[in-house]
Order: sequence, then structure tokens, then C-alpha cells
Amino acid sequence: MQTFRFDLCELPEETKGLRQEVRDFLAVELKHIPAVTRAQTWSGSDPEFSRKMGAKGWIGMRWPKQYGGHERSAFDRYVVLEEMLAAGAPVGAHWIGDRQSGPLLLNFGTEEQRQLILPKVARGECYFCIGMSEPDSGSDLAATRTKAEKVEGGYKVNGTKLWTSGAHHAHYMIALFRTSPDKHTGLTQFLVDLKNTDGITIRPIKDLAGNSHFNEVVFQDAFVPDNMLVGTEGSGWAQVGAELAFERSGPERYLSSFLLMIEMIRELQKRGGTEGAREIGRLVAHLVTLRQMSLSVAGMLDKGENPALEASVVKDLGAVFEQDMPVKAHELLGIAPTVGTGNDFEQVLGYLTQTVPSFSLRGGTREILRGIIARGLGLR
Amino acid sequence: MNELQTILSDSIAKLLGDHVNKEVIQQAEEGQWPAELWDALVENGMTRILVPEAQEGAGANWEDAHVVLKAAGEHSAPVPLAEAILAGFILGRAGIAVPEGVVTVMEGDFKLESGRLSGVAKSVAWGRNATHAVTVVESGWGVETVLAPLQYARIEKDQNVAREPRDTLSFDHVVVDTAWAGLPGNAVRLYGALIRSIQMAGALDYLTRASVQYANERTQFGKPIGKFQAIQQQLAVLSTQSAAVGIAAAHAAARADKVSSGDAAAFEIAVAKVRADDASSAATSIAHQVHGAIGFTYEHGLHFATRRLWSWRAEFGSGAEWADWLGRETFARGADGLWPYVTAR
Repeated sequence: MQTFRFDLCELPEETKGLRQEVRDFLAVELKHIPAVTRAQTWSGSDPEFSRKMGAKGWIGMRWPKQYGGHERSAFDRYVVLEEMLAAGAPVGAHWIGDRQSGPLLLNFGTEEQRQLILPKVARGECYFCIGMSEPDSGSDLAATRTKAEKVEGGYKVNGTKLWTSGAHHAHYMIALFRTSPDKHTGLTQFLVDLKNTDGITIRPIKDLAGNSHFNEVVFQDAFVPDNMLVGTEGSGWAQVGAELAFERSGPERYLSSFLLMIEMIRELQKRGGTEGAREIGRLVAHLVTLRQMSLSVAGMLDKGENPALEASVVKDLGAVFEQDMPVKAHELLGIAPTVGTGNDFEQVLGYLTQTVPSFSLRGGTREILRGIIARGLGLR
Repeated sequence: MNELQTILSDSIAKLLGDHVNKEVIQQAEEGQWPAELWDALVENGMTRILVPEAQEGAGANWEDAHVVLKAAGEHSAPVPLAEAILAGFILGRAGIAVPEGVVTVMEGDFKLESGRLSGVAKSVAWGRNATHAVTVVESGWGVETVLAPLQYARIEKDQNVAREPRDTLSFDHVVVDTAWAGLPGNAVRLYGALIRSIQMAGALDYLTRASVQYANERTQFGKPIGKFQAIQQQLAVLSTQSAAVGIAAAHAAARADKVSSGDAAAFEIAVAKVRADDASSAATSIAHQVHGAIGFTYEHGLHFATRRLWSWRAEFGSGAEWADWLGRETFARGADGLWPYVTAR
């Protein structure tokens, strides 16, 4: 039984200079951003910051130069991502385009689509959202109902996408629409111009913490031209599978609560002595192990291998780790979380206590991931 | 895996496959020394894998030894192979020739005076079967490696819950070989934690494989229990725990090769032992739950691995002990020192 494999992967020596460059950049850029804002990491959106990253050449790092990319290694990209996340940089605006929509267009997009979009994404000027979930299609993605009906010159779209993070900022959505009744082969991916298409209504949905990161996107006879179909008609299901492998493979899948870990250590240190050392030590052991697993996935990406299964493993373990953080903070320190007042620790705890339930929902629920792993084990 | 590691992996799998089975482990638990298994391991150079070539060893490194140690854990090999490998490493570092016979390692409260060792070591693996035991002692001269013959030691038999011999050895001015260790004073505990972590990674792999196989074979309600989502979700968790320990242990082994003083790998070794400890609690519980009542019988072999995990997680420092150390180190570096430290290694 050799189902998934995590080979050790060491970052090349050459990445050290880049890491320092990123740290120097962040030391300036994040200087005045409070901890509770930084705790949002890749959910925090700041177009100006994204443009600065684009200017640095830190978006689309692996893409071909002809599309505005930088032809850097998977390891260079990994170093930039993990430094951004660990510092709590507001990378949310360009994150999805850089992580999955851009690579999707490189894999399946037309030359016209690539030329039109990728250079803008790499400059940090063009943002994406993911149109997968619907009111009746969450984990069961094949239940997608939003219909793209063939009309003269394109498709007429009707239906609703739900829980669409960042749709209110995004220029484009990569959407999965139904083009025929066949369960899997009736699905097709489209590039939807959210800013210039009639018949699209984006409504924010307030989450339990009072934030509005995700949205309901309603399509009413929205017209999507033929040249915005991604890949081939009927291949949406397979293409989405490849896209999800990108979505699940990065260090954001274990670092989302890292800022709280730091503030927790700071708070414990104020008390002097070694109170909490054992619990912090355990968290450190998990952090370091998850990083090695995540690096291993980066190594597979660098070799051009498909880490879909390994990425699911890291995401599952990573979400458990991230969700455990506010629990540990509460158990260790017993300090009430706050919203809007209090010190950095209290505010970060307030933010993450309310936010962590989403970590094992977004990008594939815990149960779906474990189902994928079980299939890898030969149980399904 | 490089070429040497592939060869090692194949040959250790064959050796253990040929010589370790339920009967052999059971007889070992009843006190019988598995001479055939041990001789085969010695003949194939497995016990001296970390001994330098100049001292008739294989001259391999920890990354190579990792392959052998993991297999030993996976097969529940009822011999002090891991301890012999560690003893060879410590002796090799000190330039002391590795004696013939069974060499184990020990930790204890020792005094070394004019080449004579006094003191007591508890929980010494296979102390009763060993001809020699290796330790490091901090004396006025610094850290010294000690090779102690056991014919003059007093031996009280004891065992862990896996019924592996864990004996108490007492020394009273026993003449020993010594040399400058070139290792930290806690080398036995530190590298002991490394070998146990790797063995645990192997045992966890076994638990995953055995549990998946059982779930595919055992039928209830008209289908293999592995077809039920409740079981699938549990096995997925088991496999991820096993994978995490696998890479943590491999990382620690790789790191142990990169440092000359030995001390600098302590961070990764501590990480591996803590992670292995955490994983073994969840993993043994799931493996037994999936196996049901049959896994709780002595007749079924699952417990050879689970009882070892319950023993090993507390040996050479429990997860709690190493976590405590990791936490103190983290505090010492400060909240903002954690990330730079982790990424610089």
C-alpha cells in the first residue's frame, strides 16, 4: 500500500536572499497594521498592497514571462507565500488569481484569455473569485444547477452561486455552470467578467463575526460570450479537480491561526516563568511538522507531480491545527476574547475564535477531504 | 531514497519478513532470545550501519539508518536493533571499537572515576541479553563515552508493556573503556528519542496498513466495514497521523546528519518525539476501534504494534518532556523569534 508519500524537501540555499528581501519589504509595509488586521492574512484584501507585490514580481512567480510571469521555481514562490502568511500580510485581493485561476488559465485557457488576463493578475491589478458552491450544491459539487444555455455567440446564464469569497472585489469569476443534464460531463467552466456583464447581482452575506467576505452571486439571463469558455465544454468536472489541487496545496492551509500562536507566546511571556511551555512546545512540534509536509507538497509541484492527495492530507491536518489554536489559547490563558477593544492577543483571539469554524469548510470540508484520503487508501 | 537507501530498504524488509512473525515475537515475549533473527541482522551488517568504515562498519548516515529503524518498528522486531545501531553511532563518534556480541545503550546516574563506572541504569533495553552497554557520562574531563562490559553488572529483569526487556543494571567500580564523546551530555536521551520516533513512524505505518486491510476484509451488514463512511473517516485520520510522524522522523534523521556537535538536531528530534507521541494516542485508539474485539485478543497480532507504541512514546523522554523543552526554548527566543528560527533550519 503506497497511497500518498511525503518526501523530505529542503528549500534551496538560493531562497535565503529572497526570504530576506520579503522580510525587509514586510517590515516597512506592515509596520502600522495592527495584529488583529494582520490576523486576517489571506482573507484580508488590500489592492494597493497587491500592486506593490506585483511590482516586486511576487505574483505569478511560476508563470511564463510572456504572460507577465517570472518563471521562478516552486520554492521561490513557497518562500514568498509563507513569509506573507506568517507576517499577516493582506494578500487576499490577488490570492485566488495567483493560486488557482491563473494556473487554471495556463492549463486550459485559450491564448486570448491568457493574454487578456494573466499579465494583469501578475501586476496585482486583477482579482478572481471562485464560482463553485450553490444553494443546493456545496460538498456535492456535481449537483451544480446554474445553467449556461447555448445562444447565438455565447451562453445565457441563470442561477445562483453562493459563499463566493471576494466576489465584491473580484474582476472575474471562474464559474462552473451546467451546460447539459449529464451529471459530470454536463459541467463547463467559464470566465465571467463580473464588472462588465449585465444580469449579475452580487449581494454580500454577513458572517457570524459581522464581516462580509463572502457573497451571493445571482445570474439572470447573463450573457457570457463563446470566447470566455475555459477548456472544453463538458470538461468542467475534470478541470475543477485540477483546480482544487492548487486550492488545497499551499501553506495557507496550516498558517491561518499563526498570528494567534505568536500573540499567545507573547502573552505567556508577560507572566514570566515557564507556564504553558509544554502546550506551546506541542504546538511548535505540530507547526514544524506541518511545514515539512507543506514543503513536501511544494517539492512535488516543483517536479511537476500532482500532489492532490498529499494536499488533502496537509489541509486536513492543518485545519485541525488552526482550529485548535483558539481552544489552546483559551485553556492556557483564560482571557476573554474581545472585538474592537483590548490588547493584540485579546483581539486576535476574538477574531480567530469566531473565524476558525470556516477553516474546515472552505476549499473542501473536512469530511470531503477525509473521503478523498480514504479513496487514496483504497477504501472507496 | 538514494541507491543505498533503496538497497537497505529491500534487504531489511526481506530480513525482517523472513525472520519476524507472530511466533517469534510471542516467544520473545516469553523470554526467548531470537538468536536466528539477531544473527541474520548482524551478518548483514545492520547493527553496525552507523559505525565508520574504518571500524568495520557500514559508514552510513542517519538518513540511511532511518530506513532500517523504520522497518524495525514496522515489523515489531523483538531485538535491540535500534539500540545496537545507536550504540555503534556513539562508539564510532568516540573512536572506540565496537565489540562482538549484543551492545545496547543505557541512561543512568553514573560516576566515572579512573576508568571505573559506578551507578544504576534503569529500563535498559535487553540488558539481560546484552554483552555490553554504551552510555555517555559528564565528568570533570567533559563528556565521555563509556563502553561497559556487563558480566560484572548486577541485572534486575524488568519489561515494558510490550514485554520487551527493560532491565535495571547496577555497576560498582566496573572497569570500562572511555573516550571523549564528541556528543552532548544527553546524547543517549537525545538520539534515543530519535530512534524511538523513527520506530514509532514504522509502527504507525503498520497500524494504517493493517487497519485498512482488515476494514476491506471484515464484512458486516452485508459489506466490508471499510465501505462505511464512519470507518473511512477514522482510517483517513489514522493515515494522516502516520504520515505526519513519518516526515517528522525523517526530518529529524536528516538533520542529525547535518550537525557535528549533535546538539543542534535536538530541536527536530524533540519535534519528532512529540509528534510521534501525539499521533500514537490517536492512532492506536483508531486501529483498535476498527479491528473490534478481534484486535483486543492476544491471538491477533495488532497489539504487538500498539503495545510498543504505548511503551515507546514514554521512552527516552515522553512527548510531554520534549514538549516542555521545546516550549522553554521557544520562550527563550521570544514570540517574534519563533518563525525566523523555524525557517532558518
